[in-house]
Amino acid sequence: MNHLPIIIRREYLNRVRNRSFIIMTFLSPLIMIALIAVVSYLSQLNNDKVREIAVLDESGIFEEVLKSDEKNKFTFVGETSVDSLKEEVKTNELYGLLHIPAADDLDQYKKNITFYSEESPSIVVIDNLNDVISQELTDLKMVQNNVDLQHINNLKTRVNVRIENFTGEETSEFGSILKLIFGGFAGYLLFMFIIIYGNMIMRSVIEEKTNRIIEVIISSVKPIQLMLGKIIGTSLAGITQFAIWVVLGTVLLFVVSAILGTSLSELQSPQQQMLMEQASDPAMQNKIEVAMREVLNLPLTNLVIAFLFFFVGGYLLYSSIYAAIGAAVDNETDTQQFMMPILMPLILAVYVGVFTVIENPHGTVATVFSMVPLTSPVVMLMRIPFGVPLWQQIVSVLLLLGTFLLTAWLAAKIYRVGILMYGKKASYKELYKWIKY
Amino acid sequence: MRDLLVAENVTKRFGDFTVLNNVSIHIPEGSIYGLLGPNGAGKTTFIRIINQITYPDSGSVLLDGETLKPEHVRNIGYLPEERGLYKSMKVGEQALYLAQLKGLSKSEARKQLRYWFERLEIGDWWNKKIQELSKGMAQKIQFVVTVLHRPKLLIFDEPFSGFDPINANRIKDEILHLRDQGATVIFSTHRMESVEELCDHIALINKSDKLLEGKLSEVKRQYRTNTYEVGIESEDNKRLEKELKEKFQLSKANFKTLGNELKTNIHLQNGHGPNDLLSFLTNRGQVSHFVELIPSVNDIFIRTVENNRS
Repeated sequence: MNHLPIIIRREYLNRVRNRSFIIMTFLSPLIMIALIAVVSYLSQLNNDKVREIAVLDESGIFEEVLKSDEKNKFTFVGETSVDSLKEEVKTNELYGLLHIPAADDLDQYKKNITFYSEESPSIVVIDNLNDVISQELTDLKMVQNNVDLQHINNLKTRVNVRIENFTGEETSEFGSILKLIFGGFAGYLLFMFIIIYGNMIMRSVIEEKTNRIIEVIISSVKPIQLMLGKIIGTSLAGITQFAIWVVLGTVLLFVVSAILGTSLSELQSPQQQMLMEQASDPAMQNKIEVAMREVLNLPLTNLVIAFLFFFVGGYLLYSSIYAAIGAAVDNETDTQQFMMPILMPLILAVYVGVFTVIENPHGTVATVFSMVPLTSPVVMLMRIPFGVPLWQQIVSVLLLLGTFLLTAWLAAKIYRVGILMYGKKASYKELYKWIKY
Repeated sequence: MRDLLVAENVTKRFGDFTVLNNVSIHIPEGSIYGLLGPNGAGKTTFIRIINQITYPDSGSVLLDGETLKPEHVRNIGYLPEERGLYKSMKVGEQALYLAQLKGLSKSEARKQLRYWFERLEIGDWWNKKIQELSKGMAQKIQFVVTVLHRPKLLIFDEPFSGFDPINANRIKDEILHLRDQGATVIFSTHRMESVEELCDHIALINKSDKLLEGKLSEVKRQYRTNTYEVGIESEDNKRLEKELKEKFQLSKANFKTLGNELKTNIHLQNGHGPNDLLSFLTNRGQVSHFVELIPSVNDIFIRTVENNRS
């Protein structure tokens, strides 16, 4: 008798009708959007603040160079003592005081320029100051040595290495970043999905044990059917939730941008504005074109198909382990000791993905981890946008599915024995015995 | 009588521990069969084997002459000792789900549910959640769910726990009613008085071995001690007691009478029958009480288990 559809239906409906599930489903997108709004508002708030910096320039040569802009306002002050200026800056709550003492030799400026401030200043500000002052000093030195500045500037060359793949298509750094984003997103999504819905499966197994309904049910259905029904039903609920999030998120974004259309564009950060400005310049326009082509050139079909395979395979693999853990324990607090084998490979996969794949998507480490079943779903999904040979993908998927079957078989054995064990804290040794029964 | 369920030489081990050792049990169709034994004797394991929750290491189990197979779960209703329901699910929905798992169609399940809910007068619970019900109420639902698909074989493990006396009686009547309609019942319990009341066959399992099996009346006959409770009024009870002691083996009796009789248990030996005793007694005085002491299931249980231990 095939009870699987009946079990899947109950597990699905039970999840979907759950009050906290409904609340989470509809609240999460709102929270996300609120979060985005708050973050962008805060960063804008921070950017708006003009840093007022008092400058005591005893050398008199930097007045031209240190120009105020929208972020930094330089105020040159006349001859006073540094100490009284410090007091003044402090009482007026200025950002800081830049003191450039007079010097006979340009080389002396290397060491004796000082920036005073209440708190340690932003590195960006200091870097900026260093750059500007160094540049000016270099120029001055060149003039001192009778170098024609105009001539030097004309001779300066800036190289932009073109990146092309072997088929001759032009690529860009932006493309690499894009690939990272695609891969990272897919890998991270899987990671989150496994943790959230795997836990849900585990909890629902424990619930059946604590409710003592389990024996009633497995007198009608095979434990493996119940386990599979649980995994599939919960996953469907998860997919439903994700689908609602995507739809709701898109709609909300449209609604919000329609209502706040103007204020949203005002929310743009200066970086974005800079990007916009650069976009109008023809060289940049060319770059954007390349980037667009880059998106279209991503192995999209491959990405989608691989995503499905690795997502489903990885999820099934992990959720059968979660189900076995649920069966092995009596309550959620006892699950801790068994969480390690799940979380370790997952976290390892994300780290390998983030650190190794970026550096060298086709290196040994990345390749090996994209083959090892427990880490392959996440790592392979991160690698695929960079182009992975088909045979590697197929081998990886086969390994993954093979491991899933093995794990499901083992998990079912643990499950079968574990669900009828009450009040016994299982150890790994115990689990091994259960497998042998 | 035909046997509905036959277990032959069933052995089950968990690691080095033997839970059932070569146990054979025959359960006649239409009987109420008491499966008795101390805690940890292996009863639950045996019941789980019948339900195909676990499988025997060796031996066979036949239901209706066929080796047990997955389809047979339709013909079995099982009320486990460790039982419960989904707390946050509605009563009706839950009962429908469990009935469907037993292979009933949704409409058939609904029909049967309506019958049982009406019969037990719990119709207005349909949309309640289990967590809103009392323990006794939940037990009623559990009972309905067990019998809903009209199985040939019903297995009750401690069915009366969680019921007040009135509802326990109600359930007892329902079990008898189901038996009268043709169901065979396996009944596992520690409460010997309910075995006495309900069962017509029993088996006793202790430490993985089956110690005895048979019709309750026959088992009792086997365990009869030829002891009679006697109440007799004579002119001199002391002298009579002395006289009896010379001829028979006496022990202290424990029953109530209205008069001032001599009360004693008389154990018959050496081929003496009750008639011999009775004629001896009627010559000595007025006999007001004469009953054979039939061993209770409780006595049989304790005696067998203790004998087995020594």
